[in-house]
Amino acid sequence: MPHPTDDSWTVLGLESSCDDTAAAVLRGTGGGAVILSNIVLGQTELHAAFGGVVPEIAARAHAEKLDLAVEAALESADVTLEQIDAIAVTAGPGLIGGVMAGVMLAKGLAAATGKPMIGVNHLAGHALTPRLTDGVGFPYLMLLVSGGHCQFLQVVGPEDFTRLGGTIDDAPGEAFDKVAKLLGLGQPGGPLVEAEARKGDAKRFSLPRPLLDRPGCDMSFSGLKTAVLRLRDTLVADQGGLHAQDRADICASFQAAMADVLAEKTRRALAQTQAPVLAVAGGVAANQVLRAALEQVAAAAGARFLAPPLKLCTDNAAMIAWAGLERLRMGARDDMSLAARPRWPLDQTASPMLGSGKKGAKA
Amino acid sequence: MMPDQALHLTSPTPDTTAKIAARLGRSLGAGDVILLSGPVGAGKSHFARALIQSRLAALGRHEDVPSPTYTIVQSYDLDGLELWHADLYRLGDASECDELGLIDAFDSAVCLVEWPDRLGALTPKDALHLTLSVQGEARDLRFEARSPRWQARLTEALQP
Repeated sequence: MPHPTDDSWTVLGLESSCDDTAAAVLRGTGGGAVILSNIVLGQTELHAAFGGVVPEIAARAHAEKLDLAVEAALESADVTLEQIDAIAVTAGPGLIGGVMAGVMLAKGLAAATGKPMIGVNHLAGHALTPRLTDGVGFPYLMLLVSGGHCQFLQVVGPEDFTRLGGTIDDAPGEAFDKVAKLLGLGQPGGPLVEAEARKGDAKRFSLPRPLLDRPGCDMSFSGLKTAVLRLRDTLVADQGGLHAQDRADICASFQAAMADVLAEKTRRALAQTQAPVLAVAGGVAANQVLRAALEQVAAAAGARFLAPPLKLCTDNAAMIAWAGLERLRMGARDDMSLAARPRWPLDQTASPMLGSGKKGAKA
Repeated sequence: MMPDQALHLTSPTPDTTAKIAARLGRSLGAGDVILLSGPVGAGKSHFARALIQSRLAALGRHEDVPSPTYTIVQSYDLDGLELWHADLYRLGDASECDELGLIDAFDSAVCLVEWPDRLGALTPKDALHLTLSVQGEARDLRFEARSPRWQARLTEALQP
């Protein structure tokens, strides 16, 4: 039986570098791919099934969940393990226990089936998603905002990324979470702060726009959070408490500051790269105010704005299968020496020279 | 904890806090653990970031020090000496600290740990405890330690 060309390969993707455990099956077609299944075993399911906690740290628990995720992904795609042509796995960056569990399973499956295996950088998975969802050509500008990440990437090829800048402290999602906590709004902060902000006056309080006066695409959101804390404490001290309207106005002012910073830095990144497309991945695109600000900046620069569906912007294995397929199509293969890499900067060239925040478990 | 040494001061600005962090950071070596407590916005990450960046600067390097809230651990290589910056806020219980390799790192690396209450019984006995609290623009810094290893270093770091 002739083997299908790698263009139409069926790829199993594995992802366990972060909080969630995921598996997906994807089939290549005409340079793109169709997602046959995309299973994410999130924290809720984990909690119910294993009585576990958030986030999942233990390699053992990741391994158990991965088995379940793979079974579900194969079943939902209606393919057998024998029909899989290649296995793609997140090999980093991330928490070591989870990454190791994924890499070990991929090696086991590759050895058992004799099929090729490919290691994928988790961030490359996010960065290449616009090609899976919208068939975008290279190059394009990516604003990648996921979990603790926030960075501008010029995406030139499946293994070719240039980091233009990113947050030097907190990521936007984290700033939303922490502001929500400071204001007693509960978690997750993103949607709750946005809902409050809708009732508020964004002009009542003047909050800082960190790093806006400095050149480049780096961002900082930690000071913004501290400014919210100070504002809250001042209002409480002056009035003996925080009124509902105060809270809404703080949220609106905070969100406006965030929008200004993201928009201005995006404008610079677009000007610097002259990219024809701005792709935005992550929770930022789910916030209507932030999204509108970014859409406006893209339109002004003559760039197409694109935000893949949120389900494919949060951690998932379809993006890993896709990034794997992109590498496989380039002829790349990994062997049993594939290592789990807790640190794995996407932009290898910039790291020794600039060393901007590419160290550590996930950066 | 009944500390053998306790030192308390008020830092009027983030810059002053950064200078204290840098001075304290100079002498840190393998096995030194600083536990950073205080509410959101008290400046735990600011203190850790200033300390880490001063150590990197001493090696002629500049790197961003992103928040470890989501990644839980960020580690840095100080020319052969590992420095761990951990945020245990999202952890459920102490056993997970062991899974992270944090307990081993307490012996082999420099460790700066935010939200250390999650450590419970695994809290290293000779760690330096730093509790930050908000006083308007200023921050109260309370240092407490049982181990004599901290005394001279603290005194030096907190010299005006």
